[in-house]
Amino acid sequence: MKSPRPAPFRLVPQLRRALLAGALLLCAACSNIQPWVKPYERDRLADPIMVWERDAISAEYMDHVREVREGSRGGTGAAGGGCGCN
Amino acid sequence: MQRTLSRIAVAAALLLVRATSADVLPDDRADLFYSKYSGGGMDITGESALVRKKFTENFALEGSYFVDKVSGASIDVLSQASQIKDERKQKSGTAEYVHDKTTYSLSYINSVERDYKSNTTSFSLKQDMFGDLTTLTLGYSHTDDTVGENDGTAFVPVIVWLGHAQSISYDVGLSQILTKNWIAGLNVNVITDNGYLANPYRSYRYLDSSNPAKGYSLASQIYPDTRTSTAVQVEAKYYLPYRAAITGSYRYFTDTWGIVGNTYELDYTHPISNIWILEGRVRFYKQNSADFYSDLYNYAGEYNFMARDQDLAAGENTTFGAKVTYAFLPDGWKMFKRATATFDVSRIEYKYLDFRNIKYYGLPQYPPGSEPLYSFNATVYQIYMSMFF
Repeated sequence: MKSPRPAPFRLVPQLRRALLAGALLLCAACSNIQPWVKPYERDRLADPIMVWERDAISAEYMDHVREVREGSRGGTGAAGGGCGCN
Repeated sequence: MQRTLSRIAVAAALLLVRATSADVLPDDRADLFYSKYSGGGMDITGESALVRKKFTENFALEGSYFVDKVSGASIDVLSQASQIKDERKQKSGTAEYVHDKTTYSLSYINSVERDYKSNTTSFSLKQDMFGDLTTLTLGYSHTDDTVGENDGTAFVPVIVWLGHAQSISYDVGLSQILTKNWIAGLNVNVITDNGYLANPYRSYRYLDSSNPAKGYSLASQIYPDTRTSTAVQVEAKYYLPYRAAITGSYRYFTDTWGIVGNTYELDYTHPISNIWILEGRVRFYKQNSADFYSDLYNYAGEYNFMARDQDLAAGENTTFGAKVTYAFLPDGWKMFKRATATFDVSRIEYKYLDFRNIKYYGLPQYPPGSEPLYSFNATVYQIYMSMFF
């Protein structure tokens, strides 16, 4: 008996439509995006207290402290190395 | 038709990253850093130096050197080995190049312990777009680890090399200005590992009637040799009506070992004139155990994979932290634009939900599997000086 041929890989229609809708939105966004917060309105955002992480060396260290004692890792934007096995 | 639309979508995505005006590199800086971790029977001190220098307006180099020294031994090491004395040295170098709205970054990290070697190479690309309201970051890194075990003593080590592990990490980050007071971020990180992934200093335990003193015996852990994890973090920072900022973040983590972790963090930053910045933070983390984790197996070799590593146990921890930054050269001096000194302290309370404190072995009121659950508190101090020039 001839074995059935595997079905070719296809995106499900819903996913395909969602991708196309996303692509069209991207096109629309591309042509008409205007910054709604003007550069002269960003004085508060430029304040050092609004930086995501002011001290990278400290952030990397704390990430290392946590990663060797927790099952979770990543997603915080900082990186380090080593084992911390003991 | 669909193929044409797909091509349009790709072209649109490329147009999104078109440049309008140039990005700039951060200020030059030098940091001297000291840290101390105490908790769970361990004392770890760390010393680090970091220098960052722009050579042109477009190109900067950064180098750092970190040494940490471990003494003591954690709970599971106490149950099977002598005290630990070890040192980790980490060197890293980063080159950054800016072209228009794009920052390219290439990094190398080398970390060496006498029983562990790790080399990481990473590349990232940061793109400002939509009138600088949006910053997109894409990152890739590759790590090679060589894992060993000290079969000697802390002072006369005999290192046995057990195997290699490789890790590949993909990062996507999005930072978005929402209003003139509010910025939000999204970070997605996927890591795939393969190779020797177990911790050689930890063992699983199983019921053993031939060992009546304890009622159990220990054996080497058996881990899967692959792992893939995904972390998604959302965060938001808001500038309050007075000069202060509040930051909230949530991270969801899941991996192919069955661990699901949730992290919540809230930070408050309060400057006083241009001299002091005060920060307070609270962080809560909770996870379930890995599929192959057990505090006590029924017999040796019960399953294909067996682990009793406390990182894989169900548990939670809460961190309370405070940080004070003092600008001792707020208006600069000679070549320095400003300089700051920072003191940071965190108190972390760890509680395990299925990891027992086997220091209580042999006590008649605690047969194996009924010992009290393990918990401990840790304190982390950081002191550092930063000079910007």
